[in-house]
Order: sequence, then C-alpha cells, then structure tokens
Amino acid sequence: MAVDHSQSVATAAGAEKGARGPRRRTDTPPGRLRRALAPHWYAWSMIAPVVVVIAGIIGYPLARGVWLSLTNANEANVQRNLGATTIEATYEFVGLDNYIDVLTSSHFWDRLGWTTVWTVACVAITFTIGLTLANMLNRKVTGRTAYRIALILPWGVPAFVSVFAWRLLFNGNGIFNSVLQGNGFEAIRWLENPFWAKFSVISVNVWLGVPFMLVAMLGALQSIPEEQYEAAEMDGAGAWQRFWYITLPGVRSVASTVILLSTIWTFNMFPVIFLLTQGGPYGTSEILVTEAFRIGFTHSPRDFAGSATWGVIILLLLSVFAVIYRRSLRKQGEVW
Amino acid sequence: MRRSIGTTAVVAALALAATACGSDNGDDNAAGGGTDGELSGTVTFWDTSGDAEKGTFEELAKGFTDEHPGVTVEYVNVGFDGAQDRFKNAAQAGEAPDVMRTEVAWVSEFAQLGYLKPLDGTAAVDGQDDFLGAPWSSTQYDGATYAVPQVTDTLALFYNKELLEEAGVEVPETLEDIKNSTEAFEEIGVTPLYLRGDDAYWFFPFIYGEGGDLLDAEAEKVTIGEPAGVRAFEQIKDLVDSGAATTDLTDGWDNMMTQFGNGDVAMMINGPWAINDAYNGIGEENVGVAPMPAGSEGQGAPLGGWNYSLYTGSANQEAAEEFIRYMASADSQQTLTEELNLLPTRASVYEQSSVQENEMVAFFGPAVEVAHGRPWIPQAGGLFDPLRDEIQRTLDEVVTPEEAASNVADKYRDLLDGWE
Repeated sequence: MAVDHSQSVATAAGAEKGARGPRRRTDTPPGRLRRALAPHWYAWSMIAPVVVVIAGIIGYPLARGVWLSLTNANEANVQRNLGATTIEATYEFVGLDNYIDVLTSSHFWDRLGWTTVWTVACVAITFTIGLTLANMLNRKVTGRTAYRIALILPWGVPAFVSVFAWRLLFNGNGIFNSVLQGNGFEAIRWLENPFWAKFSVISVNVWLGVPFMLVAMLGALQSIPEEQYEAAEMDGAGAWQRFWYITLPGVRSVASTVILLSTIWTFNMFPVIFLLTQGGPYGTSEILVTEAFRIGFTHSPRDFAGSATWGVIILLLLSVFAVIYRRSLRKQGEVW
Repeated sequence: MRRSIGTTAVVAALALAATACGSDNGDDNAAGGGTDGELSGTVTFWDTSGDAEKGTFEELAKGFTDEHPGVTVEYVNVGFDGAQDRFKNAAQAGEAPDVMRTEVAWVSEFAQLGYLKPLDGTAAVDGQDDFLGAPWSSTQYDGATYAVPQVTDTLALFYNKELLEEAGVEVPETLEDIKNSTEAFEEIGVTPLYLRGDDAYWFFPFIYGEGGDLLDAEAEKVTIGEPAGVRAFEQIKDLVDSGAATTDLTDGWDNMMTQFGNGDVAMMINGPWAINDAYNGIGEENVGVAPMPAGSEGQGAPLGGWNYSLYTGSANQEAAEEFIRYMASADSQQTLTEELNLLPTRASVYEQSSVQENEMVAFFGPAVEVAHGRPWIPQAGGLFDPLRDEIQRTLDEVVTPEEAASNVADKYRDLLDGWE
C-alpha cells in the first residue's frame, strides 16, 4: 500500500515539475544528481532513514574493514579509548602486503579447502535430507502435524544450546562412546581426531540445517498443483517419473534460492565450529570465518589487519559465488 | 501511508538505540571520593575463579561494602577460559572493569598495551615488603608496579589415596614410577594418570623435568627446540602410548575433573585452585598431594598465581585502589586460605595459626618456593597456542617429538622479533 502511494505522489511531483522548476532558477539546467532525485524526492526522503541506518551499520564497518586490511593494525597500535585518556592509533598503510601474505600462505589454502568441503557437504546433505523429508510429509499420513513439529524442533532450540548438547554426546566419555563400547566396539575419538572432528561438525550442522530446508521445500511442494500429478498418473507415469518431471521442476525456483542462502550461511557458520571443536584439534576444523575471528580476537597478539584481510577475502569469495550462481540460473531461464 | 510512518518510526527508534549503545561506556561508574573523604560509586571486579571458588570470592569482594558503605561492588565471574581476550577487548573499547583478576603472566602484556594503571605510591599497594618475592616480581613491568599479588600457586601431583592403596602403589616420585605402576592399576581397572592434552600450561613441568625451558629470556633465546624440549614431547607421548596416562585433546579440564572424581584415574597434575573441586569429587580425606613427579633431569613445576590490577580507564580509581588494598590485605588472604586452601602471597599470613595448620598450605608453600619462574614478557600470551597445537599433533601422531619441538621453536621465533 505504502509503495503504491508513494509512487503516485512521485509521478504527481514529476508532472508538476514543469510548472515549478522554472520559477526557481531559469538559467542553470538542473544538476545530474538533482535530476535523478527530483522525480522521486518523496520516495527518497521516505527511505532516507533506512539508507542512513544501513550505511551506518553495514557501510561503515565494511569500509573500515577494507581499510584495516590495507594497514598493519594490531592490538598494540590501534586507537585505545581508556576512559578519560585515549591512545592514538599509530598503524600505517601497507598496501596489499596483507593480501599477498595471506594468499601465498598454505595456511589460507588449507582452510579454504576444508571450508569448501564443509560447505558442499553440509548443503548437499541438508538439501537431500530436507527434500526427502518434505516429500514424505507432503502426503496424508496420520499424525502429520506431530511429525512436522518434531522435525522443526531443532530450529526452535537456540543453536548454542544444541551445539553444547552435541558436544556432551561427542565427548570422549560421552553417550556415543558409551553406546559403542557397550556393544563391543572401539571408542571413537570424535572431537580429537581431525577426520572425526570434521565428521562431527558436519553432522551437527546438517541436524541444525534440515528444518529450514524441510520447511522451504514443503512450501514449494505444496505450491505444485495436484492436477499435474493426476494428469501424469492418467498418462501412466510412475512415482519416480512424477518426481523427476513434476516435483523437481516445480520446486526448482525455491530450491535454487534456498541453496544459495544455505551456501552462504554454511560458509560463514561460526557457532557450530567455534562451540563444538573451537577449530581443533590443532586447527584442522577451522573454517575461514572462525580462523578470521581467531586471528583478530583470541590469538595473541591480536592481529586486526590480518583478520580484516581474511574477512574481505571471504566477502569476495561469496560475491563471486553469488554472481556465478545467478548467471547459471539465468541461463536456465530463472528470473532471480 | 500509516504503515510507512510506522516504518519510519521503527527506523528512527533503531537509530536512536544505536546511538545510545555507542555512548554507553560505563558512565554509571562516574563517582569518586565525596567531600568528606568517604568513597562512593561502583567498583566492578572481574573474577576468573572456578565454580567451586567463586562463591567465596564474591562474598569476600562484597565484604568491601562493610568498610565503605558508600561503594557498590559489582562482582562478575568471567571464567578462566577466554578471560584474557575478554579483558583486552573490553579494555580497548573503554569498557573494562575497574579491577581485574590478572594471571601473573598477563600483567606485562596488559601493561605494555597501556591498559593498566601503575600502582606505585597508591592506596592499592599496602605493606609492599610483606609480599613474597616471586609473586611480587610478576607485578613489575618496565620499572613500575602494575598489579598487587592475590594468590600464588604451582602444579603438583594430586592422587586418590584409596586407589593407590588398593593397587598397592607408593606415591610416585618420578614419571618412570608412574609408568611402572600401570599394570598394578590396570588390575583394578584404573588408569594411573590424567594428562592434559589441550592446554600448554600443563606441559611446563615436563619440560622443566627434562632440564629444559621454553625460552631463555636473559639471552633472548628460544630453547624449546633443544634436546630437552624434544625429550619432554617424548615423555608425554610415551605416557599416553604406554597406557600410563589418558588424555583428551579438546575438553581437558572437565574430563580431568570428572575422571578423577569418578575414580577412573588415580592421579592428576593440578594446582591449588583444584583442591576444592577434588575434595568435592572424592572426599577430603581421600585427596593426597605430592611434588610433581620428576623427569629424567629432576623435578620442576611452573610458578603461577593471580594478581589484582587496576584498569587505566576506571572512572572510580580511588575506590578501586582501596578495593585492591582490601582484597590483597592479610585478612582477605587468610580468608581465602581458610575457605579455599589457596596460597597467600604475604609472608605475614603464613604465620597465622589457621594457615600454618592448613595441610595444603603446608604442602604447597614449600613447593611454590622452589617453583620454576616464568619469563614475565609481554609476548607471553602468544606462547601457549603454538605449543598446544604441537602437543596435540604429537599425541595424535601427526608429528614426531623432534618435529614438534622444532615447529614450536620456529613459531616462537616468529613471535619474538630478533630472538635467537
């Protein structure tokens, strides 16, 4: 409603322009900025607060992060506000040195490799399970509501609570190992061995991510008209064919969006890694964001420039991913 | 139209809230001495003590208001994990507590960053000559006093008397003794020792036991890569491989206390801060302490402990100084010893009968005197992570002890500019 309204006002303002403009300044043609702003001044003024806030909470930190990544800022040379006194910043511009350091170190490429494995594994498994469960729930079964609630439950628990619960389960003397040993198997060093630590973080993240996929895919499935299935059945299509030729194309637009979102979220999924393994053992389960946090906040001395560099690289990687993904979708005829 | 006004209002409210957050930097502390010299305002104290200790610390801190009714003490327990980073982050933004419980090795780092106020000549330092030499040395940086000692400690061997008796094992004096006792303990279904595999501090006694050290601060030399350092890595690997010790690479403290409490392990290496936890776990009569078992070159354990320090940006410095004096006073230290068995840092407290009769003080007192000093350098905080990673990699058999020692040495040379 609001949108419609402001548009009509904007058009009205545009129409009046001819009458109003000349009265002010006849000789100078309106500047480019003014020409761009004038027809929609009302709309612009209405969104101005949002623009200011967004610029404040996203634009400023972003610009500052990029700036820091071009300096040698660390905890010993940044500005420190100590109540009444302030120690002024003494860090210097160092150009692209930080980027060269990061991109030429095997450290970064190791972490990027694992982050990629982590993202692809989590998204693929989560999506497959989510779609399967959604299909199972998209039919008339008794107690459907109960199933749906149970499957959405992980979403309702704050992530840090469930991750701590998982941490207790995975503990060397936790329930999983007790069950294994009780049945005559060897205990598994879940969080102590790099392979199992990676396995554990992926499982927990899948557990956390399935409800979102489930809800999104269930919504998509329900938007497919029942008639299509009926018609296909009349034509003699089997269950698999119906899934392949009706369900999949029907959910594609939703699926492509949730996969993009899920990829970005998983790539930057800080709490699971940080709370479950703290990046350990010996840094092997550290993804790019947790590593950037460690460099900037828990590693001693805290290296703000290095951390900012990792942050900017993460941003660039995700931007490139989004552009490529969008392009490939456009080729397939999606409007996104 | 109505909706867009609503949106604008929400946005405006958000903007206001954001500004409000920005300007909130502890103005509520603003106070200080009144005209009559009586202190007022709030003193915030961040404590890092463990679960079994924090109640006593809180009570002691709050007791300050009995002396100075005008002052409100805000006690915050921040937990040991991450306390150092939390203080640094808060201090940089001007939001740190007035008084911080500071580990002995953190003082020089905080002081170098400008976060601590020199305390020489202030009310905080009271009876300087009474403080023991070793803890006092940790408060010094660049010729000034930046903290006041709270407690001192070192590591020792904690053992379960009942289990040792059951297995027929004498209290071990060397790591070799522990290895030799593996079979005797196996018969009663117990692992002899719990070894911390996730925290480098617990590794120090093993290096000292081989006659080595991380660094030689006077010669500005990294010494962990030398043969003694390699032998230390061999020792811990051997303990775990031979079944004499169990470990956990991620959740060390909880697992150690649980397993010691359940009687799954007979011994652990720990400090006075764990005494109350150990008592709660297996009963006071059952807990024995002995010097850290010797390595091949003798016995050694690190000197640890805690200090009180005053944040530079404290808005209520006068009250905070008085608070530090109160907390570090002989009476307060005596309370901590009586209730928590912690070791005083004042010579006079050791003369009190209640302290002299304390079994733990009787043991730890002499142990602290021979404890191995650590270099109080500003970079000390960076020494732990590289060492922990290599301990984990050694125990996980990714690297050999030789590689581990030389990897740590390389990382230390990166950290310590210009060291040999």
